[in-house]
Amino acid sequence: MFSKIRLANLVADARAHKIAFFVCLLALWQGLVQLGLWQEYIFPSPLGVARTLARGFQNGTLLIGIAVSLQRILIGFGISVVFGTVLGLLIGRIRLLQETIGALVLGLQALPSICWLPIALLWFGLSETAILFVVVMGALLSITLATEAGVRNTPPRYVHAARNLGARGWRIYLYVILPAALPAIISGLKLGWSFAWRSLMAAELLYVGLGLGQLLNMGRELNDMSQVVAVMLVIIAIGLTVDRFIFQPVESRVRERWGLG
Amino acid sequence: MHKLEFKGVTKTFTTRNRSIAVLDSFDLQIQRGEFVCLLGPSGCGKTTLLHLIAGLEKPTQGAVLVDGEPVQKISRERVMIFQDLALFPWLNVLGNVVFGLQMTGMSKPERRQIARRYLQLVHLAEFERTNLHELSGGMKQRVALARALAVNPDVLLMDEPFAALDAQTRDLLHAELQNIWKETGKTIVFVTHNVREAIVLGDRVVVLSARPGRIKRDVAIDLPRPRQIENYAVVDLARGILDLMREDIVTTEFEVAERVPQVGRDVL
Repeated sequence: MFSKIRLANLVADARAHKIAFFVCLLALWQGLVQLGLWQEYIFPSPLGVARTLARGFQNGTLLIGIAVSLQRILIGFGISVVFGTVLGLLIGRIRLLQETIGALVLGLQALPSICWLPIALLWFGLSETAILFVVVMGALLSITLATEAGVRNTPPRYVHAARNLGARGWRIYLYVILPAALPAIISGLKLGWSFAWRSLMAAELLYVGLGLGQLLNMGRELNDMSQVVAVMLVIIAIGLTVDRFIFQPVESRVRERWGLG
Repeated sequence: MHKLEFKGVTKTFTTRNRSIAVLDSFDLQIQRGEFVCLLGPSGCGKTTLLHLIAGLEKPTQGAVLVDGEPVQKISRERVMIFQDLALFPWLNVLGNVVFGLQMTGMSKPERRQIARRYLQLVHLAEFERTNLHELSGGMKQRVALARALAVNPDVLLMDEPFAALDAQTRDLLHAELQNIWKETGKTIVFVTHNVREAIVLGDRVVVLSARPGRIKRDVAIDLPRPRQIENYAVVDLARGILDLMREDIVTTEFEVAERVPQVGRDVL
């Protein structure tokens, strides 16, 4: 009883601290603007940013940007999840693949995925395919590596026990190896998501049109700092939302089932 | 025909620079419905014997026969309960028990019905939705037992399953295992290094020597059941067998093992 109340208090305290901190930050921001040291286009006010955000949502530019970027990342990430887990399962189980493709994946992982953009542009031109390629190269490798690690850390006795109970072939993969590797796969997915999101923004910023990255770049070209900051806030918000409402619930369910603290 | 038979089985494991003979020309016959305890010091090849019956390993020489046929591969006719149970932590209690039935493609209602029957048998009926990490050690043992029984094997292979339990829980499970054996008529091969446990459970106690494992003595136990670990008759018999085992080089292990649960596998 006591500890429960205490815990609730701690949580409430933490939230209060957080809110107070961000309110102070906003106040500090507004205060600096009030000092009038810099021009609005160099250092926008919180109110200016809020107005730009509202305008962007009203005239649809932000909504279109969000929709385009989200569509790209969902397709790219989806492809990466499917191929990454399958590839990871195979590499983790088959020694020959591990020695060959496994080594290749590990090597390629050292390359920041935006470095694939020149190749993508040469191969696919200024197209959706090019940007998907970059996103996939961002997410695929880390999902593959995490899945492989999860598979290889699966105790062989799970497979023995499953075979002993009558599991054979693909059922062992689907009902034993995949679920046994799930905690590792989920951290791979989280990592893959953040890599995909970063590569997408970088690629949009550099070349390919319509997404949030493009809006960000447009803000720079128009010398509209408030748009730059507004788009940055949207990008942060999307990243946090996905983590909070997709990855965290899945992860905490798995952790609860396994009893991992 | 014997249910299980070892015929001149030799098993050597080769590590990087040496090979170790775990079994050497080993012979043993086990009848259908028998409850046999294999008793011996760590490293005498007890676990290897179970793995050979299960088909997890192949003999280097000789043959392991089941119903007169050599063991070819893993089969659900002979289910192993591993030392650390190898329960699946991503499934709840019911999920673990239905696993084997699910693999046969049995329909959901049917496999659940069967699984529930075995959960009842091991007194876990009201825990079917519980996650494994929320169970005590003894309850996990019961889940493993139910999971193995659910696929209705002929032979149950148990590898020191109770070694890590507290004394009270172990006594309780001894009683339940004897009941289950009486009700189901399974052939059970039970590996242990605990002399009294072997006597409480077995129709026969096969005492093995240190590596390479040989049969030192094959003792028929005809004490009335249910037996308990503190029965005078059990203690008496245990004393005799312990004396026999002391002749072996690795004697002290047993005394220690009675008190300290052993950790780790004894394949090698």
